[in-house]
Amino acid sequence: MKTLPVYGTMAEFASANDLVAAARRTHEAGYRKIDAYSPFPVEELADAIGFHRNHVPLVTLIGAITGGLGGYLMQYWIAVISYPVNVGGRPYHSWPAFIIVTFEMTILFGAIAAVFGMLALNGLPMPYHPVFNVPRFALASKDRFFLIVFATDPKYDAKGTRQFLEGLNARSISEVPG
Amino acid sequence: MPDHLDEVKVANERAPVIEPGHTFATVTDKISSIVLTRPTSMGWVVGFGACFLATMMLLYALGYLFLRGVGIWGINIPIGWGFAIVNFVWWIGIGHAGTLISAILLLLRQSWRNSINRFAEAMTLFAVACAGVFPGVHTGRPWLDYWMFPYPNTMQYWPQFRSPLMWDVFAVSTYFTVSLMFWFIGLIPDLATLRDRAENKYARMIYGLLAMGWRGSARHWARYETAYLLLAGLATPLVLSVHTVVSFDFAVGIVSGWHTTIFPPYFVAGAIYSGFAMVLMLAIPIRKIYGLEDFITDRHLQNSAKVMLATGWIVAYGYAIEAFTGWYSGNRYDASLLWNRLHGPYAFWYYMLLLCNIATPQLLWIRKMRTSPLWLFLLSFVILVGMWLERFVIVVLSLTRDFLTSSWGMYYPTGWDWMTFMGTIGMFLMAMFLFVRILPMISIFEMRTLLPEAEVKPE
Repeated sequence: MKTLPVYGTMAEFASANDLVAAARRTHEAGYRKIDAYSPFPVEELADAIGFHRNHVPLVTLIGAITGGLGGYLMQYWIAVISYPVNVGGRPYHSWPAFIIVTFEMTILFGAIAAVFGMLALNGLPMPYHPVFNVPRFALASKDRFFLIVFATDPKYDAKGTRQFLEGLNARSISEVPG
Repeated sequence: MPDHLDEVKVANERAPVIEPGHTFATVTDKISSIVLTRPTSMGWVVGFGACFLATMMLLYALGYLFLRGVGIWGINIPIGWGFAIVNFVWWIGIGHAGTLISAILLLLRQSWRNSINRFAEAMTLFAVACAGVFPGVHTGRPWLDYWMFPYPNTMQYWPQFRSPLMWDVFAVSTYFTVSLMFWFIGLIPDLATLRDRAENKYARMIYGLLAMGWRGSARHWARYETAYLLLAGLATPLVLSVHTVVSFDFAVGIVSGWHTTIFPPYFVAGAIYSGFAMVLMLAIPIRKIYGLEDFITDRHLQNSAKVMLATGWIVAYGYAIEAFTGWYSGNRYDASLLWNRLHGPYAFWYYMLLLCNIATPQLLWIRKMRTSPLWLFLLSFVILVGMWLERFVIVVLSLTRDFLTSSWGMYYPTGWDWMTFMGTIGMFLMAMFLFVRILPMISIFEMRTLLPEAEVKPE
């Protein structure tokens, strides 16, 4: 039989509370390449696995500024430089009339940046992922909570990590094939 | 505490947002089974079929319109804006409730929104799609509508950004795009739930493709929640801006009854008013048919009723100020418009509007009315009719009698006008029928967060 490379070791928990506690202890024990899975957002979880660098706000800000500046400059260029139309002697650069489209473009580009930035930073779409190889992982989108230690973690060792996770009040432990 | 105060407290205790006894598993099963395992009922087939036929009628009316031009409608100078603009404003107003519920109530931490935001957002999308039909075909040569977008072209021409109609193009298309993204982002975790629970191979594949491999990782959730909050923050000024911009289409014009500064807030309030009425008209039958009273409780109905009561009064204030300005400004054209509304050829519809939008909804002060689904359903219908009449009064009445007596005229909608309007209602309901059948109509993951077991105790 061919032995598959191991992707990591996964532990299953019955509640969000157990998962957060277990994630905290795993992180405290020195494991760094870990991840946790829950069927709904658990605010404390990101902190527990040591995830702090969330770049979504920055990406959104850049998108919004690009949209706003681009929207205004587009109108300026069109109304003043490329296609000046004299409407009842009003100035070509009639900026108050340009505010609305500038505002809409700010929102549009900010929202597009937030959505696509979030997906890109999350590495989605990614229809296949090794964690889906664990049959019980289907419950991660229903009512179960999972913690994984990746095999790439320097502290990872199949046996020791398994024993460590067993001590965390896990309901079951499984090895994730790569 | 004295006994009687205790009793008052109990009497004031509100219905829960979610009935007790539910767990993560029951919430998931209940909502996802509507899509995955519930057989397609005869009622659904008949309802969908009727709406499908109405949509075909819309396509027929539009096909004939493309063949013959806008002359088949009742519009003629001086009334160039007939049903098309009335219906556009009406539909886009209805769309406002979805974003209000999903974005503004999210920022205000009104967790009761979690069970109605998904289908309110779907309602928004479909309503905006119906709204978009009208200005699109109203241009007369709809195959040249893309000229409204700024793109480099061989005619060396660019759009005129000083025109409120251009602002509208940007406001409505931004609103549709942002609403679509907001709705889809909210669906992703639930699509993953459906992917993991679907028995049918093709259903699993389609839900799996749409879920994009969502696996609920803590890193993903953290970015997801941030993006969702930011989207809500962006959508909040957006939703208030859309009807403001729509009202500029009128307010920037010089016609009496249009040229007024109260239009933006009064239009936005009216939009939310009609939007909540549509939410109730959909929520009440849906929760009954699909047995979702545990999730869409009387609390939701009551809160929506209160929002309608409040926005209804803002709308009433708008009418009062319009009438006051007509009298107090001393402007003879404004005064004649007021007289025209009260005694002119369309006076009956103005009184109907006051009856539907101001008088009848006062029944909502009575607690029994706010808790009775049947009465709320009927009142919502009355409000929707009233809001449509409001737009009719604004658009048509002002145009029929403007500054020159020689250019006065009357407006009578034709059968094609009615077919197009009814057709969009059919298209809207058809989309809703499809939506409740193939997508989870209540946000499953947000419902999970409402359960007590979702709480994490600090160590």
